[in-house]
Amino acid sequence: MDRRNFVKTLGIIGASTLPGTSLYADGTENEKEFVAILVDTTRCVGCQSCTEACAEANNLSEPDLDAIDEGIERNTSEKQWTLVNKFDVNEEEIFVKKQCMHCNQPACATACPTKALIKTEEGPVIWRADKCMGCRFCMVSCPFEMPKFEYDSPNPKIQKCRMCFERLQEGEAPACVSECPEEAIVFGKRRDLIKEARKRIYENPDLYHDHIYGEHEVGGTGYLYLSSVPFEQIGMRTDLGATPYPAYTKTFLYSVPVVLTLWPAFLLALNKATKRDVADSEGEIYHDA
Amino acid sequence: MMHDMSKLELLKNEIKRFITFFLSELKPKGKVITPFNVIAAIIILVGTVLIVIRFTFGLSSITNLNQEFPWGIWIGFDVVTGVAFAGGAYVITFMVYILRLEKYHPIVRITVLNGFLAYVFYAGALLLDLGRPWNVINPIIGNSFGVSSVMFLVAWHFMLYMLAEFIEFSPAIAEWIGWKRIRKILGSLTLAAVIFGITLSTLHQSGLGALFLMAKSKIHPLWYSEFIPILFFVSSIFAGLSMVILEGSISQKVFKHRMSAKHIVSHDDIVLGLAKICAGAIFVYLFLKLLVFIHDNNWRHINTTWGYWFLIEVGVFVLLPLQLYSNAVKNKNIAVVKAASILTLIGILLNRLNTSVIAFNWQVAERYFPTWMEITVTLTVVLVEILVLRWLVNRLPILSDPPLWAQRKKKDPIQQIFLVKETVEESEKNKEMEEWKVSSM
Repeated sequence: MDRRNFVKTLGIIGASTLPGTSLYADGTENEKEFVAILVDTTRCVGCQSCTEACAEANNLSEPDLDAIDEGIERNTSEKQWTLVNKFDVNEEEIFVKKQCMHCNQPACATACPTKALIKTEEGPVIWRADKCMGCRFCMVSCPFEMPKFEYDSPNPKIQKCRMCFERLQEGEAPACVSECPEEAIVFGKRRDLIKEARKRIYENPDLYHDHIYGEHEVGGTGYLYLSSVPFEQIGMRTDLGATPYPAYTKTFLYSVPVVLTLWPAFLLALNKATKRDVADSEGEIYHDA
Repeated sequence: MMHDMSKLELLKNEIKRFITFFLSELKPKGKVITPFNVIAAIIILVGTVLIVIRFTFGLSSITNLNQEFPWGIWIGFDVVTGVAFAGGAYVITFMVYILRLEKYHPIVRITVLNGFLAYVFYAGALLLDLGRPWNVINPIIGNSFGVSSVMFLVAWHFMLYMLAEFIEFSPAIAEWIGWKRIRKILGSLTLAAVIFGITLSTLHQSGLGALFLMAKSKIHPLWYSEFIPILFFVSSIFAGLSMVILEGSISQKVFKHRMSAKHIVSHDDIVLGLAKICAGAIFVYLFLKLLVFIHDNNWRHINTTWGYWFLIEVGVFVLLPLQLYSNAVKNKNIAVVKAASILTLIGILLNRLNTSVIAFNWQVAERYFPTWMEITVTLTVVLVEILVLRWLVNRLPILSDPPLWAQRKKKDPIQQIFLVKETVEESEKNKEMEEWKVSSM
């Protein structure tokens, strides 16, 4: 290969590795604004209208509304994308809605080898059946354990809240938000909701614990929570950190092209360096492998 | 024109010869009804039925997988552990083709074949675990490249590495069938395949560890570390070599009739050499483990059940084999080397299962344990691999010397004696095959 060809090839390879758009949303101030949902647990009365509305809007099976009184922390399932858990904190009943958090930089979408799970430009994280190969790496990676898998089906799907993506495109709010009688869940632009949450804390400092869950957790999430008590007391993980999950594999992935280009050169050099003399090699590579 | 016609005729004859040859090779060599074969056949039969059930009714019909434990032993053992065990191929090819350590040449083919089959079957077992395997084509054909995914990287590396290993191994196939010209072309590709293969192995051995980087909040801190990729890579070196040692000692019994005289003579020397490398690699691994342990301030976890479990893994299955390997090298004790290799392999198995299954979601009360059906399917995969390996070793020049025409001219007295008879037969055969012959062998 002459020098011109070498440079040309290098250029083509280099250009082909340039992604069209940045792989991750960086969480900077001028990012495209995502939609979000603010859950104010001080307003929730535990009527579970959201759970029913979700099942109806997404053709899921009828949720068991009585399960809430059992005092145990339940998880969403492949048949129920959202539910309300009841917590008794200081003899006060607190109801907490649970569903996919729609992270700004979702671990699931980063993990997905087929881009079946994607963070849409609007904000919801959605799953696409025609892409998914069912490896369940999203389930391993999601810090909130939200993607659920249909183990009992020969044609299994990943099931989780999609923030009623189709409804949003028709200009409607998500089903759970529309049905909430107490305005405990509010839909809007993420930035506006953070402002609203701050305002509520500022105006009622005695009512609220001074933290917006989801503002910074795992790099920011599409669901934001307000609470009267610290969040670990209402079943939310407060040990996840503010680092966006894609950052955990970034170092490894960035080292891949380095190894992929430097290793062969190094190995070839080593192979040439260990060549003993001409008589031994008889002038051609002829391996007995 | 006449010339072309005769070439076509030759090709036709060659294909005919190949088919007759292949059919004759299909016949079993040795007894068919042996205890091993019977047990293997029963397990494979049951396993096949289970696989059909799995694809008809879904994963829950035969596995204990659930929402908290999305990956069970099919990933934790078959893929994550199986690939570490298959690491011998890249290490041995590195030693023989890059460093030119000729001493290890006799075990190159068997190691590469083992590695290749391990990838085909264990990485292939991934397909059993995939919920929607028909979409496996998506990350391959390019309509949906998840380039930010470690899984995407690992999947591609598996595929490319299988190709590299196949090329490394392919000269043996050409020698078996007797295709001299093709043998020469394939042989000339070996070095490129080796370099490519080592590079890919570096990346996907560590990549298997990188799969768990985003499970930071789920894996017990004693097993989670940002250095998992490096630990996985380093441990794949001695995991692979320990497997080579163990397989070698089994081959010595099972395939003795296929082994070349040179191979048998040099076996102990090779094993001791590998043991020395294992000891070195385990030392590096242990040192890295210690660094990570101190760096993450893991003392606080030691006095717990998980801590004791961790100490067993590191003490009994890393530190002890290191000691055994070092002693065995000093005393030239092959039996101790074998014992050390078994302990090492158990240690790797524990480490990989701890990371992917046992210490995964350690805070969840309800633990995952595989069903007997998951275990049977895993055994099926392993047994089919062993049967294919046995079939190939009994026919192809893998442990035995390659045919004379494919050997480098060497003045090796032992070889000369053993191969004189073969030479006469070969030259007879070669008369018919003039056209296919390598020009001046």
